[in-house]
Amino acid sequence: MTRFLAAVALALVAFAAGHSTASAMTIEQVVSPSGIHAWLVREQAVPLVALNYAFHGGSSQDDPLKAGSAHLTADMLDEGAGDLDSKTYHARLEEKAIELSFSVGRDYFRGSLRTLNDNREEAFDLLNLALTKPRFDADALERVRGQELAELRRETTNPNTLASRSWWSAAFPDHPYGRESQGTLETMARITAGDLRDYVRRVFARNELTISIVGDIDAEAAGKLIDRAFANLPARNDLKPVPPAKPSNLGRRIVIDVNVPQAVVNFGGEGIARHDPDFMAAYIVNHILGGGSFSSRLYREVREKRGLAYGVSDQLVWFRRAAVVFGGTATRGDRTADALKVIEHEIKRMAEDGPTQAELDDAKAFIKGSYALSLDTSSKIAAQLTQIQIDDLGIDYIQRRDSLIDAVTIADAKRVAKRLYGGGLLVTVAGRPKGLTTGPLQE
Amino acid sequence: MISKPVAFCGAAAVLAAALAAPVLAAPEQSADKITDFTLSNGLELVVIPDHRAPVVTHMIWYKVGAADETPGKSGLAHFLEHLMFKGTATHPAGEFSQVVARIGGQENAFTSYDYTAFFQRVPSEQLKTVMAFEADRMNGLQLTDDVVLPEREVILEEQNQRVRNNPVARLGEQIDAALFLNSPYGKPVIGWRHEMEGLTRDDAIGFYRRFYAPSDAIVVIAGDVDSQAALKLAQDTYGKVARRSSILPRQRPQEPPPVAVRSLTLADPRVEEPTMQRAYLVPSFMSGKKGESDALEVLAHILGSGSNSRLYTALVVDQHVAVSAGAWYDSGALDMSKFTVYGSPRPGVTLAQLEAATDAVIAQVADKGVTPEELARSKTKLIADAVYAHDSQASMARWYGAALAAGATVSDVEHWPDRIRAVSAEEVQQAAREWLQKTRSVTGFLIKDTSPKAERRS
Repeated sequence: MTRFLAAVALALVAFAAGHSTASAMTIEQVVSPSGIHAWLVREQAVPLVALNYAFHGGSSQDDPLKAGSAHLTADMLDEGAGDLDSKTYHARLEEKAIELSFSVGRDYFRGSLRTLNDNREEAFDLLNLALTKPRFDADALERVRGQELAELRRETTNPNTLASRSWWSAAFPDHPYGRESQGTLETMARITAGDLRDYVRRVFARNELTISIVGDIDAEAAGKLIDRAFANLPARNDLKPVPPAKPSNLGRRIVIDVNVPQAVVNFGGEGIARHDPDFMAAYIVNHILGGGSFSSRLYREVREKRGLAYGVSDQLVWFRRAAVVFGGTATRGDRTADALKVIEHEIKRMAEDGPTQAELDDAKAFIKGSYALSLDTSSKIAAQLTQIQIDDLGIDYIQRRDSLIDAVTIADAKRVAKRLYGGGLLVTVAGRPKGLTTGPLQE
Repeated sequence: MISKPVAFCGAAAVLAAALAAPVLAAPEQSADKITDFTLSNGLELVVIPDHRAPVVTHMIWYKVGAADETPGKSGLAHFLEHLMFKGTATHPAGEFSQVVARIGGQENAFTSYDYTAFFQRVPSEQLKTVMAFEADRMNGLQLTDDVVLPEREVILEEQNQRVRNNPVARLGEQIDAALFLNSPYGKPVIGWRHEMEGLTRDDAIGFYRRFYAPSDAIVVIAGDVDSQAALKLAQDTYGKVARRSSILPRQRPQEPPPVAVRSLTLADPRVEEPTMQRAYLVPSFMSGKKGESDALEVLAHILGSGSNSRLYTALVVDQHVAVSAGAWYDSGALDMSKFTVYGSPRPGVTLAQLEAATDAVIAQVADKGVTPEELARSKTKLIADAVYAHDSQASMARWYGAALAAGATVSDVEHWPDRIRAVSAEEVQQAAREWLQKTRSVTGFLIKDTSPKAERRS
């Protein structure tokens, strides 16, 4: 049992707080022989190579009637490619201890690879095969679809999923961001191999591809490896535009009835774009309110003082075309209303008064100091470099980050607190919370 | 861990850390050897140098866990773990956490059957600070009902979240309770709810005084520090804590030889996907004879790890009777442990059919053994995982800490890859024959409760 577990598994990749291996880490810009760009960190202590990459075009590209197509594609990429059927492909990976993973978010398709240095060429070749010649054989597709459907059925009674799905669909109705990447039982059942091929054709291209490599490898060798995996992809993707969106239904509470002893709560409102000049101030203020440490206001008020929940937290989530602040907790049905009252009160108090100078100073120290901890393994560094590239923060971002944090004043923090938390909340509750029903949030 | 998967907490937690074990020192690590010291008060210190980033992972492992609780006080080891954050005579509640946060550190703690561990991850120059705080709370904890009672609500909410809201976790609790006839491993680490509700401040303080002492603790430091500097810091902090009488050796009630095939069925209205889980009583590294746990480790991989495994290929790919299937083995326990196989049937397939198909896969390994290819592939993967483990100082600290807290030595951990390499096909087959016998097992079925009362409001 750990002492603290985030109450909700947030479905989205967020920028982990942290940084500062600054002094110890040099990022090189690599251009492969075929002209593909990547960032490289050389790390010779362990004989491995970690690759992380992203294609623009995630589940937002799904036809709403076939939601889950991108997600199912990610599931299917290691189920056979080129001349290798599913069994042979999996055996090849394991014989060389090559680890491949694929995942899909709203905006991006992401992948990672980890290999022992000795096997790196074969590893990148196998990745290339998966990206360019996936087979999508009928038997493998039905098997994997069956697994997805089983998972979707299981989630129909899982309060975490119900609260989260309800929040996103109410916040972004009729928008791709309102749909979960996994799709639904109905849409998952409709997807064909042709849909997966169509997704691959439209998304896996060189023009909006972000690549990061960390490992015991130099720039020249890294460039050659990149070409092994990516050079023969199409030059350009073919994406459907995603319109900008703001969260709706703020000021509303939605209760989903499910017979569980503990109700799961999600809450959130409009967030802040990654490129907004106030982003860093918002990041700090949110850390003070409900970031993941044992010192946040929500943690103190909900858990430490009142014992209302095991976990409570919130975080900033940003997409290319929308941004939200999103949080959650889980608490017994007869005290859910109390927990929500405390959360709403703390959010209001933060909006009205902002943080104190002492809280601001402590939060800045934490956010600066803890960055190194998010950069302590090759895979974590590679993932972070991809995120920095996707967010277009510049190759010197890690060096600049401390000064961006230091520049936030108490006046900035108070102003941004009002902007971030003054706009109203959408709350979803899955369970049997006593005295709470769907309707407007009470003042 | 001497072994592969690390179980950090009870029930569902065996699934927690999927990576593998530590490794032989690679050539470039020879200058940075892992060192092991014992202070004069009995505290053990293990230093794992890793100079890639200017951070350290500092962990303290107490050789006490849920299996050491007095009957009737289930959940107490874990409750005390929570209460360890509530302040001491010198540092009031919250100060330690605040200091850790201010220096950009991360912290947490976890409890298992055999150990309770606390850790901080901080910039290297702050190592002494956290060591001093941790040494202080080894004997300075002060508790009042003002903090104890709300925290008891917190662990009850944790139990809600981990178990009551989760049918699969509920099934796991029932299987453990049925599998372990005499060992305290049969009760959940989080505790039985009716006993958790009655835990008091005095229970916690009594447990603390009995078990938290330097000679019952192992400090593991992984990261940007050299061993002599770490030793000096440990002497200046932990070294000042007075020696107390030790609780070792740890003797718990042992299991009688299992004789009956057992099965149970849990019906829950929220179950949309029926599942089957079977746990066999098997030896761990510490409780078994030489080589037994290594063979079980390889057997678990061949039988149930990933897409190439016997269970997955037979039940999911070839026979189309399951949507998922696999196996895992917890070799890290102090006493007799468990080997688990699981699966979920495809729609239209009954649990009985799935069980029969699972039995056939296991029988085939026991009767015919494993192929040279799958043996080689599994060993390669297991040993490579150990190399990958070197990429994470936090993982290294956890593996050594968990292994040593269960009584293994640094050398046992370092030689894990050698032992895996030495496992023969015959030993894998023998392990299946000897240990995967149904009389050693409990099979649990999770089904949907469709009775009218199940839909009554709770």
